[in-house]
Amino acid sequence: MSRGAWLRRLWRLSTGRFGIIVVIVIAATAAVSLFWTPFDPQHVDIASRWRGPGWPHVLGTDGSGRDILSLIMSGARTTVFVAIGSAVIAGVFGIALASLGALTARWVRESIAVFVDILIAFPVLLIALMISAIFGRSLWVVIWAVGIGFSVNIARVARPELRRVLHSDFVLAARASGLTPAQNLYRHLLPNIAPVFIVQLSWGMAVAVLAEAGLSYLGVGASVTEPSWGLLLAELQQFLTVHPLSVLWPGLAITFTVLGLNLLGDALREATDPTLSRHEEHEPVVVA
Amino acid sequence: MTRYALTRLALLVVGLFVASVLIFLTLRVLPGDVAQLIAGTNSTPAQVAAIRDELNLGAPLPVQYADWIGGVLRGDFGTSLITGSPVLGELAQKAQVTIPLGLMAMTVALVIAVPLGVLSAMLRGRVGGTAINVSSQAVAAVPVVWAGMMLVVVFAVWLGWLPAQGFPRAGWNQPGYALRALLLPAITIGVVEGAMLLRFVRSATLQAIGQDFVRTAAAKGLTRTQALIRHGLPNMALSVITVLGLQVAGIIVGAVVIEQLFSLPGIGRMLVADVGNRDLIKVQGELLVLTGFVLVVGFVVDLFHRVIDPRQREAA
Repeated sequence: MSRGAWLRRLWRLSTGRFGIIVVIVIAATAAVSLFWTPFDPQHVDIASRWRGPGWPHVLGTDGSGRDILSLIMSGARTTVFVAIGSAVIAGVFGIALASLGALTARWVRESIAVFVDILIAFPVLLIALMISAIFGRSLWVVIWAVGIGFSVNIARVARPELRRVLHSDFVLAARASGLTPAQNLYRHLLPNIAPVFIVQLSWGMAVAVLAEAGLSYLGVGASVTEPSWGLLLAELQQFLTVHPLSVLWPGLAITFTVLGLNLLGDALREATDPTLSRHEEHEPVVVA
Repeated sequence: MTRYALTRLALLVVGLFVASVLIFLTLRVLPGDVAQLIAGTNSTPAQVAAIRDELNLGAPLPVQYADWIGGVLRGDFGTSLITGSPVLGELAQKAQVTIPLGLMAMTVALVIAVPLGVLSAMLRGRVGGTAINVSSQAVAAVPVVWAGMMLVVVFAVWLGWLPAQGFPRAGWNQPGYALRALLLPAITIGVVEGAMLLRFVRSATLQAIGQDFVRTAAAKGLTRTQALIRHGLPNMALSVITVLGLQVAGIIVGAVVIEQLFSLPGIGRMLVADVGNRDLIKVQGELLVLTGFVLVVGFVVDLFHRVIDPRQREAA
């Protein structure tokens, strides 16, 4: 299938359209916040604290008079950073694990399969707390925890795919024509598992966004000077009983982003799987 | 069956071993002086030496590991570097909050997911089915901490039905108060986990509807609902149990965050505090218990699956 064809199929799905729009909106917000936000997100203005939504503070202000819309816009930067960082690490380690698990000697392959099954039992949040116990509070803790935690999910899905492609006729032909295993991996095997891989990355990014929010809320992720939706939730929580409306916005931003990435993953799976007819449905997937 | 159980048991033991090694190594990976790191910059050399002694840092890594895991096997998880009390005792005490919370959350998740999941499958293609499907997708994307805040706003702040935070000092000696304190936290975790579980119930129901034996039963005069309940349900139970096993991890993660939000004295909140204090002995014990629990549940689910599914028994 040509590249244009599957993008068109993706756009034709309502879930795919929604996912693409969410990703564009969040990425654009993060980019814009680099040089413009309505107010300086860290500017403290006691005179205008706890303003409700209105003008000029569209979403209102927090307990120190900071503009909530500006805080959310700059928080998008952290979200994008963590999502991409986690995806890169998960992708690299996931492909490496899958390749080792599919292409090496039998005992190595099977040990890796067992290892992957065990690691899947480690929830990302516990991995993050474990890393944080040593390295303290940092967004890198979140990125490495999600990256490592999710690489196992990628390996688990990509390994059988690699095995399947490995035994197909065209790979056999390529081997017979003298391609080295490395060339074969690069030229034939990896391109053929790309669809499965991209679907997993999309879900992995959703996990990363949720994990960043949860961990920053717990004080393990973003430091107090970094803009973060999870941190904003933690700060606003102290005044939850007095100013309940203010926590609405960061929560909606997180939900919107995670929903978009989840649906994008679902749609990608549907768009790249030619065996699925329009009326069939895929089984859902557990992502912890 | 026995052979399968033994193989699976061996895998569980390997799993627990690998998990313990990974936890141990991660908490020892830092170059430099771990004891100094734990003690902090304002510590006296005597304090650092005491920690080094407690952690047995002078010995080679395999010896340190053997010391720790040997203690764990005898039921001795070591003592906290900060409070000096035994780790196992503190775990057992905090479990009195976390285990009921987890069970209640799982009940809520099932009560939401099973009826709504079946309904959404039976109403597939109609407005009601689509509505359930879309809302479950949306709720599954909600961060659990935010869901908790919203529920607090509605049920504690506006309606005043349930407490917004805290757990009675007397604990389960005041069962009414304790239960009320756990209700909102359990609903929070249960709703978010339930939304995920719902999608599996829906998928399993759709599969059951498509099965020949359900169609045959319907052809013999049962209504579609009767056929589904009599013949489809046992099949659906299989996949739901599998997913429920996987969701134990989700509930633990939910409890860590939600105990923080609701100031509940459970294992999750203790773990977060110990991570902040770098109480490594406690952290490694807590992580081992939590991941061990997830692995054991996986083992039980797999065995259970074998027992109740006659097809798998014959295949083995």
